[in-house]
Amino acid sequence: MASTDIIIHDKKDNVGVVVIEKIKPNQDCNCWIMENDSSANIKSISEIPLGHKIAMIDFKEGDTIIKYGHDIGKVVKSIKKGEHVHVHNVKTKKW
Amino acid sequence: MFMFIMLKQKSGSMEIPKSFLGYKRENGRVGTRNHVVILPVDDISNACAEAVANNIKGTFAIPHAYGRLQFGADLELFFDTMIGTGKNPNVAACVVIGIEPKWTKRIVDAIAKTGKPVEGFSIEGAGDIKTIMKASQKAQEFSQWASEKQREECPLSDLWISVKCGESDTTSGMAANPAVGNLMDKLEPLGVHLCFGETSELTGAEKVCAKRGATEEASKKFMKTWSDYNDFILKEATNDLSESQPTAGNIAGGLTTIEEKAFGNFQKIGSRKFIDVLTPAEEPKKGPGLYFMDTSSAAGECLTLQAAAGFNIHLFPTGQGNIIGNAIEPVVKLTGNPSTAINMKEHIDLDVSKILKREMNMDQAGDELIKTTIRSASGRLTCAEVLGHKEFIMTKLFRSA
Repeated sequence: MASTDIIIHDKKDNVGVVVIEKIKPNQDCNCWIMENDSSANIKSISEIPLGHKIAMIDFKEGDTIIKYGHDIGKVVKSIKKGEHVHVHNVKTKKW
Repeated sequence: MFMFIMLKQKSGSMEIPKSFLGYKRENGRVGTRNHVVILPVDDISNACAEAVANNIKGTFAIPHAYGRLQFGADLELFFDTMIGTGKNPNVAACVVIGIEPKWTKRIVDAIAKTGKPVEGFSIEGAGDIKTIMKASQKAQEFSQWASEKQREECPLSDLWISVKCGESDTTSGMAANPAVGNLMDKLEPLGVHLCFGETSELTGAEKVCAKRGATEEASKKFMKTWSDYNDFILKEATNDLSESQPTAGNIAGGLTTIEEKAFGNFQKIGSRKFIDVLTPAEEPKKGPGLYFMDTSSAAGECLTLQAAAGFNIHLFPTGQGNIIGNAIEPVVKLTGNPSTAINMKEHIDLDVSKILKREMNMDQAGDELIKTTIRSASGRLTCAEVLGHKEFIMTKLFRSA
């Protein structure tokens, strides 16, 4: 089994979480989708540390981030597939 | 793949132990600890309580900042917290010391209903030194009496387990929190009492959480509790709340929004449904099962309220490494973050970070957590206990009169 670099909770999720120390730019990463025990691949653009999220698709401003199969916030700055997703480009819809 | 299949086959094979070793109390409840507590009623009695605890070995004081000029709902919560702390089965006996006799007596009388030894002393008219002497004599009697108590085999249904997570990161939602959820799924059918809280940190997941009410009444009660708390936060907010929630530690760990934090938090209850919603420090009355308690999301406050409601062991998943303990409830800490497991090793009772490498599955993590919980309940000191963490933090609803 290839080692897992990224874990995705739900098959509906459009972001994954880095589970190795860090992902380097242009790295080919193995993703494990927990919900249905399936696999996926993605090439990174940014350097992303352990526990931080990677975009699994391209996002434009106003799009919704889905994790655990649920809405966890809105995109405030467009994000390319493979880029780091965090407070610099995503904001809560609550507060 | 072979490795993973092999692990899968091994999963769920553990037979859950049927008992743990606990201290049977006069009212039928069971303690996981045998504390003799010196409880100050108010801030100005801390010095006297601490002097008694210093004199008499086998006792400790629980100093705190309040107990003067409180009124209304805030005063009621103060009494519920103090009385609940004294009543908790982890407390074998209790000496209560206050400035004046009336509030001291109210606390003593309520604790005495459990049948455990409790005695009150008031300082006004006597001074610290005479009170310290009289209270020390009683504390000595209690300490020696409690030291003869023995642990006995008790069914797992005598465990009242509270949960709360802290310094969470994305590994919390992937590993440590669902491991707690797995434990809940396995232990709830055995008649264990369970409790989760953190009203404000369910924001974003509140509608999904409300659906987990076992009855329509429980669901409605949850939504009302959450809305009231949220209205309060929005009313008091003067700055961008996203700077306090998620916290700086959460953000460093990769959590971006309160919604993301909430869905991770929510993994702690597994697939369970809650049977009732408790007010802060309220004792559960509907029998075994999962309860939601209306609490702040600050760890010290939340744990103090859960312990005051009678919970006798606490499970605390952390990502970035919260170090919280509690005065009377042992706190078992687990993490799914491999860096925290190494760098803050002395705080972590169970490391479940292998989940991230797929070298451990959730079933196995749940089993390991059950084992650690039973060992800790039976007397093994937790990391927080060994490191001297005795946090006791009163929830204050509003300013005093």
